[in-house]
Amino acid sequence: MTLPDDQQLAEFRDYLLRYALYRLRDEAAAEEAVQDTLLAALQAKSGFGAQSSVKTWLTGILKHKIIDAQRKLCREPLQIDERVDSDGDVSDFDGLFDKTGHWGSDGPRTWANPDASLEQQDFWRMYEKCNERLTKRTALVFAMRESLGYEIEEICQNLEITATNCSVLLYRARMSLRLCLEKNWFGERS
Amino acid sequence: MMNCKEATRMVSEGLDRDLALGEKLRLQLHLFICDYCRNFSKQGNFLRRAAQSANKRKSD
Repeated sequence: MTLPDDQQLAEFRDYLLRYALYRLRDEAAAEEAVQDTLLAALQAKSGFGAQSSVKTWLTGILKHKIIDAQRKLCREPLQIDERVDSDGDVSDFDGLFDKTGHWGSDGPRTWANPDASLEQQDFWRMYEKCNERLTKRTALVFAMRESLGYEIEEICQNLEITATNCSVLLYRARMSLRLCLEKNWFGERS
Repeated sequence: MMNCKEATRMVSEGLDRDLALGEKLRLQLHLFICDYCRNFSKQGNFLRRAAQSANKRKSD
């Protein structure tokens, strides 16, 4: 068994950090998860040899640390705009609807050929910006569902939240992201 | 008749679970007459494609 040298370790660290950041969408939490992973790895060097590669082994440890971190993030106190009524009603988007619950004058427009945007660097910059506007918890649940393809039950289990809460967070993410992209990206193009 | 607020919730839920037949029918009916909500539904699908392709970009 050979231990990774400093340069390899730095590469692993970068890789693990990107991996964690994408799943946690929180820099501090991602840093911490990676630190914990490397610490755990050092303490359990014996696990090294048996694994197909150090990277796989480290990623395996990191996955557990990420689940812990996700739970912790989800337990942080709610920000004001994240409060949800017990019946799961979301009132933060009420301004978009009229008194009868129909779209006002500013309803969703037609986005012309949106998939072409996926090829454009500028689109991804805006996509990131729009994602950053989501609260941590909302962004986390959206990433778990849509980027990583978790089922609702798995998200509820990992984060220890209810299905209603989960579906409210996903609704909020979709409403916010579409509004942000329409205002800042697709609006100019249609 | 479902209003747009309810319809958008239903569209979002439909991306996460199988809707019951009754829910599906009421939503279809609403989407049939409402351009805004139809756009919302397409945008929800697009956000999914975007999130998946963001994931691929990150792992490359």
